[in-house]
Amino acid sequence: MSDVVLKVKDITKTFPGVKALDRVSFDIRPGEVHALVGENGAGKSTLMKALAGLHRPDEGQIFYQGEAIEVAGPLDARRKGILLIHQELSLSPELSVAENIYLGAWPTNRFGVLKKRELRRDATAALEALGCGFGPDVRVGSLSVAKQQMVEIARAEAFRANVVIFDEPTASLTDSEKDQLFHTIRGLKARGVGIVYISHKMDEIFDITDRITVLRDGQVQGTVDTRDTDLNQITRMMIGRTLDTYFVKAKAEFGAEVLRVEGLSNRPLFEDVSFSVREGEVLGLYGLVGAGRSELVETIFGVRRADAGKLFWKEGEIELPTPRQSIDMGMALVPESRKEQGLVLMMGGRENTSLPHLRLFSEVSVMNRAKEMAVFEKYRSALSIKTTGPDQAVSQLSGGNQQKFVLAKWLCADPKLIILDEPTRGIDVGSKSAIHELIAELAEQGLAVIVISSEMPEVLGVSHRVLAMSEGSVVAEFEGAAMTEEHLIDAVSHAREPVAAE
Amino acid sequence: MEQRFKRLLRRHGLVVAFLVFLAGVAFNADAFLTPGNILDVLRQVSITGMMAVGVTFVVLTGRLDLSVGSLLTLLTVIVVDQHNVAGPFPAIVMTLIAGLCIGAFNGLLVGFVGLNALIVTLAMLSFLQGLVLFYSGGSNVNVENAQDTWFAVFGRGEFLGLPLPVILFLVGAVIAGLVLQFTTFGRRVYGVGGNETASIFSGIDARWTVFWTYVISGFTTGVAAIIMGSRVMGAQNTIGQGYELTVLAGVILGGTSLLGGSGSIWRTVIGISMLGFIQNGLLLLGFPYYVQWLVTWAVIIVAVWIDLGAKRGRIFA
Repeated sequence: MSDVVLKVKDITKTFPGVKALDRVSFDIRPGEVHALVGENGAGKSTLMKALAGLHRPDEGQIFYQGEAIEVAGPLDARRKGILLIHQELSLSPELSVAENIYLGAWPTNRFGVLKKRELRRDATAALEALGCGFGPDVRVGSLSVAKQQMVEIARAEAFRANVVIFDEPTASLTDSEKDQLFHTIRGLKARGVGIVYISHKMDEIFDITDRITVLRDGQVQGTVDTRDTDLNQITRMMIGRTLDTYFVKAKAEFGAEVLRVEGLSNRPLFEDVSFSVREGEVLGLYGLVGAGRSELVETIFGVRRADAGKLFWKEGEIELPTPRQSIDMGMALVPESRKEQGLVLMMGGRENTSLPHLRLFSEVSVMNRAKEMAVFEKYRSALSIKTTGPDQAVSQLSGGNQQKFVLAKWLCADPKLIILDEPTRGIDVGSKSAIHELIAELAEQGLAVIVISSEMPEVLGVSHRVLAMSEGSVVAEFEGAAMTEEHLIDAVSHAREPVAAE
Repeated sequence: MEQRFKRLLRRHGLVVAFLVFLAGVAFNADAFLTPGNILDVLRQVSITGMMAVGVTFVVLTGRLDLSVGSLLTLLTVIVVDQHNVAGPFPAIVMTLIAGLCIGAFNGLLVGFVGLNALIVTLAMLSFLQGLVLFYSGGSNVNVENAQDTWFAVFGRGEFLGLPLPVILFLVGAVIAGLVLQFTTFGRRVYGVGGNETASIFSGIDARWTVFWTYVISGFTTGVAAIIMGSRVMGAQNTIGQGYELTVLAGVILGGTSLLGGSGSIWRTVIGISMLGFIQNGLLLLGFPYYVQWLVTWAVIIVAVWIDLGAKRGRIFA
């Protein structure tokens, strides 16, 4: 048997405008735990999806047990012996444990009737091999998250997997459940299974893995033996570049406080969050996906209802507002998902721009089309939006131009506070830097700005002050010279311990 | 050239098929394209058309109103019965108020409680049919002094040579069209139908918007009931049966998308008129009247199919 169970060679995957994977190569040996680390957007998920058959790579090859293979889909991968255990579990809650283990690959007779006895027998064997404390007939929906994860891992036994990929497996586990999971992983490892372990939590990575491969911007930065390295080296490999100088930061001239949040909670999304932001200030909000950042600003804006906490607008306490009241006060939220939350795709730029401010664009409820046209033309040229006309459906525009209309629709009513949730996600480089410049410009005009971003260079580059969020809490605040990528990574990856006490 | 023709056919296939049908009927039935027959068709269409105007608002938000058939029955029975009891003017007011209330109740359940529109209005269809029988005790009602009431004007009157119901329908359609095109409410309807989440993020209260579309639908059905009662000068317990589907067929035949956000009143006017001419043409060709039910089925399937095709085309193009 070769000493490599799975080998990835020169895999490249391009999405419109982004090179998600750029000639990525790495290999997994039987019986090792191999960590895959990198910032958000470094390409980890794309790589895993390519291995599990969810993405088809543009170039490159996958060798499995020495043979070049093509993976047609998750089930095909599973049959070959490659199992992906997702962040969000892929289980069907209404089915039994046994049925879930073999989901989509049930043993049937020639008439397509399920062979129940065989299914139960095999599932029981898989569960016993893992030492799970539950039987094959339990309904999956009634199990805890940790036990559901065991059901997924049982698939590794059932399909005699040679490679198991864990994507953020401890994200929703308690400490004792985590220990249990690590015990299971060591068991798999002892049986010669090659394991890929993706996590943001550095302490776990140093605890359980044998080798670490670092990805950055879709490229492999290197593979190192875990016992020969330390956190500093890995962090340096993850960040690599010096802070990009092309970020323009607004002059730090701050005015009066615009918004203050005290003890705001919306359980279980986030809890007891307090901060404030001033005129002319750009406040960054950094955190991993799932940290509760979007939920926080959506709650402030009023799309979600808070269950505790106070809001102060221009130093006066206000009732928790509805979106309408927020907009009328002068708050603007550029939401995370342009297509789902930001725009009515079948409308043109003109109608999208006026949508949040229908009262401003009308007299006694009759729309003032001339005013709409004037504002449309103003922002079309100010933001250099490429569109054929006011009524061209925005669905036909590029991501960057769509995003500019989302900005136009919020800027046209002169807000006092603008919240930008992932404002540059999925748009081209040119539009990206235009938006960075715009952020600086707005702050210098005296707006308070909150920028949420998963991209560390961006959030550090544009902000005057950064809050780090992790698992629903603000865990650290950095200002001035303390604003470094190392500090941010450190803050969000060590944040777990104090909360785990429950 | 051929390609252009194909594209034309795909985009306006329904209109082309309709024109071919018109020509075919006209060739075989001399009465078809006479002014008298055309006015007759329009008179027929004015009732379903009036209802379709209101239902268009609901469909534009991406929802349905299937209760309008039974609602038409109930309101027609009410207007005729109350005409005998309280006189024409109170009867009209009561009918409109009843229509608004039922619409508001639908709107409450769909808009605010968030129940599925199909189920809510289908259940309402059943409930109102039962309510009709409670109200009437199972017997049909007739206007007693049919000869000397001004109430007859809505269904039978004329103005400048045009039947008054047709004028009512067209005025209603124009007002509704202006509201949708030029008011903030119209914009909210298109916004909620096009992308409800984005509209909520834009400070639009989708619940109220949906609520008002059902109120409008109830109101236009009230107006339709007045026309109906006035034309028939009586009401059977099943007078509106099946109207909900005819109305919906007219709306989607016009090209208003069931997914919400795209469509218009003038499209509904065209759609419901086409349906009227198709049904009239079939009668003139000697088909029994119940063939219209089969045709309604075909029209709904074809129109929805085309709608789906257009959506797919937009996504993949």
